[in-house]
Amino acid sequence: MTHLLLAANNGTNLDPIYSKSLFWILAVLSVGAALTMIFTRQTVHCALMLAVVMLSLAVLYAMQGAPFLAFVQVIVYTGAVLMLFLFVVMLIGVTSSDSLVETIKGQRIWAALGGLGFLVLLIVGIGHAAIGSAAPQTAANSTDNLTGIAQLIFTTYVYPFEATSALLITAALGAMVLAHRERTAPKPTQRELARRRVASGHVAPEPPPGVYALHNAVDMPAMLPDGSTTGRSVSTAITQRDLDLGRDPQSDVTSDLAAGERIETERQIEAAARGRDEQA
Amino acid sequence: MSPAAYVFLAVILFAIGGTGVLIRRNAIIIFMCIELMLNACNLAFVAFARMHGNLDGQVVAFFVMVVAAAEVVVGLAILMAIYRARRSASVDDANLLKY
Repeated sequence: MTHLLLAANNGTNLDPIYSKSLFWILAVLSVGAALTMIFTRQTVHCALMLAVVMLSLAVLYAMQGAPFLAFVQVIVYTGAVLMLFLFVVMLIGVTSSDSLVETIKGQRIWAALGGLGFLVLLIVGIGHAAIGSAAPQTAANSTDNLTGIAQLIFTTYVYPFEATSALLITAALGAMVLAHRERTAPKPTQRELARRRVASGHVAPEPPPGVYALHNAVDMPAMLPDGSTTGRSVSTAITQRDLDLGRDPQSDVTSDLAAGERIETERQIEAAARGRDEQA
Repeated sequence: MSPAAYVFLAVILFAIGGTGVLIRRNAIIIFMCIELMLNACNLAFVAFARMHGNLDGQVVAFFVMVVAAAEVVVGLAILMAIYRARRSASVDDANLLKY
């Protein structure tokens, strides 16, 4: 990083071979991550691939004499924007995987073809344009990068900069308005909650799994005072996992009950034997 | 590397992002692809700034980042509101205005 920052301060890259190899590594990495992002089905994987692209772009900025933008990229994009994405993915996206049903016929193929055509069009267009090599430094960035950017922001671009602050405040307010949920029913009071609970017939909290069972494990249902078990004490996720793995969710219960009966009979046999000994 | 290489990389990333917007139907992933396109634009801006030897391109890239942050905040809030109303993040399910 210090290498990159030194290079950035000069406005040029340190060593052509060094910058060239770094560029190719990062180019392959970012394009590969971007392709994985649009083809993977899991939303969380998409977010992580986007993080890879953003971090490699940050290094590319640093290589091109923009250390300030590199840090802003890491802090704002990878730090804030991507975390926001992950929050929303955790809130709504994890269970909703992309459906494979096409509402428009042949949409994927035509979209891929269109994207490819667009890429060819852009590359041909830019290939014809004359993109010169890196220009020597001008007065604007003869000092260090940060000072130069600060001077530009607070002189030439001061009005756009002020407009940005208004935009940020508006965005924050808009997000608050959109995320706000109107309460349709009045908030239940303690008295109403207690009354509802007594009326439901379950005054005490549900028994946690493993209570009064032979094993104190989360997948063991609690045993009720009459000796039967209650399946409601086990999380539905565990039952679902048993079903997914092709196991009988009740197998643990039956084996547990069988073990209980076996222990009970052994105990009775022992007691009977002890009684015989005492009589003898 | 010359700025042209960076511009070509930016073009490739931009096209990938655009293809993603067209292919995917999950609104969150579409948003991520838009972010990818904005990032590609930033890379091109920085490359052009280096080509011209001044800092205006970097300042523009900085503004793009700020606007993108604001856009993500509002966009994700809208997504949450739609999900709350329709229980789905797919863009195909938001079709009440159809016909």
